[in-house]
Amino acid sequence: MSDQATTVPAPTPPAPVSVVDERLAHVSLLTKLLRRPELGALMAATVIGIFFGVTTSEFGTLDGAANWTDVASTLGIPAVAVALLMIGGEFDLSAGVMTGSSGLFMGILATEVGMSIWPAILLTLVAAAMVGFINGYMVVRTKLPSFIVTLATFFVLQGVNLGVTKAITGTVRVAGIGDVSGYDSAFKVLGGSFWSPHDFRVTVLWWIAITAIATWVLARTRVGNWIFGVGGDQVAARNVGVPVSRVKIALFMTTATASALVGIMIALRLASVQAGQGIGDEFNYIIAAVVGGCLLTGGFGSAFGAAIGALIIGMAFIGIQFEGWNTDWRFLFLGVILLLAVLINNFVRRSAEGARR
Amino acid sequence: MTATQTDGNHALLEVRGVSKYFGNVIAIKDVSAAVGAGEVTCVLGDNGAGKSTFIKILSGVHKQDEGELYMNGDKVSFASPRDARERGIATVFQDLATVPLMSIWRNFFLGSEPEKKIGPFGFLDVNSAKRIMREELKKMGIDVRDPDQPVGTLSGGERQAVAISRAIYFGAKVLILDEPTSALGVKQSGIVLRYIAQARDRGVGVIFISHNPHHAYPVGDRFVILNRGHLQGSWKRGEISRDELVRMMAGGAELDQLTHELERAPEVQTTQ
Repeated sequence: MSDQATTVPAPTPPAPVSVVDERLAHVSLLTKLLRRPELGALMAATVIGIFFGVTTSEFGTLDGAANWTDVASTLGIPAVAVALLMIGGEFDLSAGVMTGSSGLFMGILATEVGMSIWPAILLTLVAAAMVGFINGYMVVRTKLPSFIVTLATFFVLQGVNLGVTKAITGTVRVAGIGDVSGYDSAFKVLGGSFWSPHDFRVTVLWWIAITAIATWVLARTRVGNWIFGVGGDQVAARNVGVPVSRVKIALFMTTATASALVGIMIALRLASVQAGQGIGDEFNYIIAAVVGGCLLTGGFGSAFGAAIGALIIGMAFIGIQFEGWNTDWRFLFLGVILLLAVLINNFVRRSAEGARR
Repeated sequence: MTATQTDGNHALLEVRGVSKYFGNVIAIKDVSAAVGAGEVTCVLGDNGAGKSTFIKILSGVHKQDEGELYMNGDKVSFASPRDARERGIATVFQDLATVPLMSIWRNFFLGSEPEKKIGPFGFLDVNSAKRIMREELKKMGIDVRDPDQPVGTLSGGERQAVAISRAIYFGAKVLILDEPTSALGVKQSGIVLRYIAQARDRGVGVIFISHNPHHAYPVGDRFVILNRGHLQGSWKRGEISRDELVRMMAGGAELDQLTHELERAPEVQTTQ
């Protein structure tokens, strides 16, 4: 039956026979490029940038760039964290509404409780990390899909945002953050702008820094390797000693904290927060991550790609405005690029995984 | 290599009279086996023979209800899979050993990554990770040209080789292979058997779980056949021929009966 398999020389030690698979021998440039998850996003960003740059007069100027990098950065900071989470094999649908929750929480601490702004910011980040911990802990313990667990968190936070804000302020917004002590220094660091007269937002610098750190963590640290392992096959990862639960909980905490940071930035910039802030943005983060090459099934993706994904969304939103088109068209755009990205990613994954699955 | 092992006296890993019950189900009863350094012990048995329970006792997943485990003649007891792993017992599960989307070098070091400290920050030592992975796989006879290649693009046999060489590199003295050839084609199975021989020649004690006597016979130094949870027999190399092994595996008389029945079938067809 399988007698051919028995041609192994058993008693005498065989010399190491080189069994080079012919597929190992040749790695084409195309294969190497296809392994880069962010390649598609980079090409799309170039095409979209050129398109709006040619068809509108403002888009290609520095003033225009200040506009679209602003949108890209406030989407990009959470999107990079969401990308890490998705590579780790999980979702967070509460990431959008968390920007509202954190802004409101900080605003209430500052205006109603009477804290000065820096302690309020610190406390807000800690509170957000706790929400992230609860998300992660519930996912790890119950083994329920994170889609469901964080959907519940999403609605809980949305309810709290509206209910608590109305109960405390009597309105659906928290205002007057600009009068709190320490506001000026906090605004400079988190809400202000640089490079006048173009006035790029400081959030852009934060976005670049966070993307760089996340890329470094993924590519060059043990934790980065664990994130890929946990998302790729958590049983295999656990078998070789990766602390799967701790990695996942840490990723949820990172995502919630990144969202909270953006929530704080927006609250400082506007000096007030609407109770409905951030709802729907969770999809933008996920779209940015997917366009940047993250697989919905985990184990593959890139933080840099997610940043480029956010850039694409930022360029499209502002570009559509500059064109003078109805801004409702941006949703159509989001839908189309999401679909295209998923199709491309699916193809890339199949070639990366080989014929096995 | 060290084929001078006396029967079980200083075996690397030995089990004596081990039994495991799940409620009133006897999973395995009074099973004894041993593996020495540089030896391959084949544990054979059909589905339900108790092979998985046997592996799980050896790898620390289950604790036996009766009997003892010895390493180098000392009585041991494994508190957990981690405990067994720290004592040098590595288990390679057929499909759960590697992460397909990750590159070969990332897979090789997953969970035990080498780090370079620069100030308070630990960096992955990517260059030495790639170099070590390449050297280790070369010892198994695989020449990796591209360490960044995802493991999923390797053949089933090569994926097993990555898992085996990783286990040996991280200090496995006993390597338990759970059905490494069951999902593979004839040619790939042959390659995996070669890796088993490779590991054996490097002084590792290999416990090779299989239900295929044709795969076990050429590499095995000892053969243990389990049947419905009981030890059906145990032989050293040379004490049993391949045909006998096949017959014992299939339950001897049962196989004769089956052969008899099957042989009649075409005659019935032709008379109609």
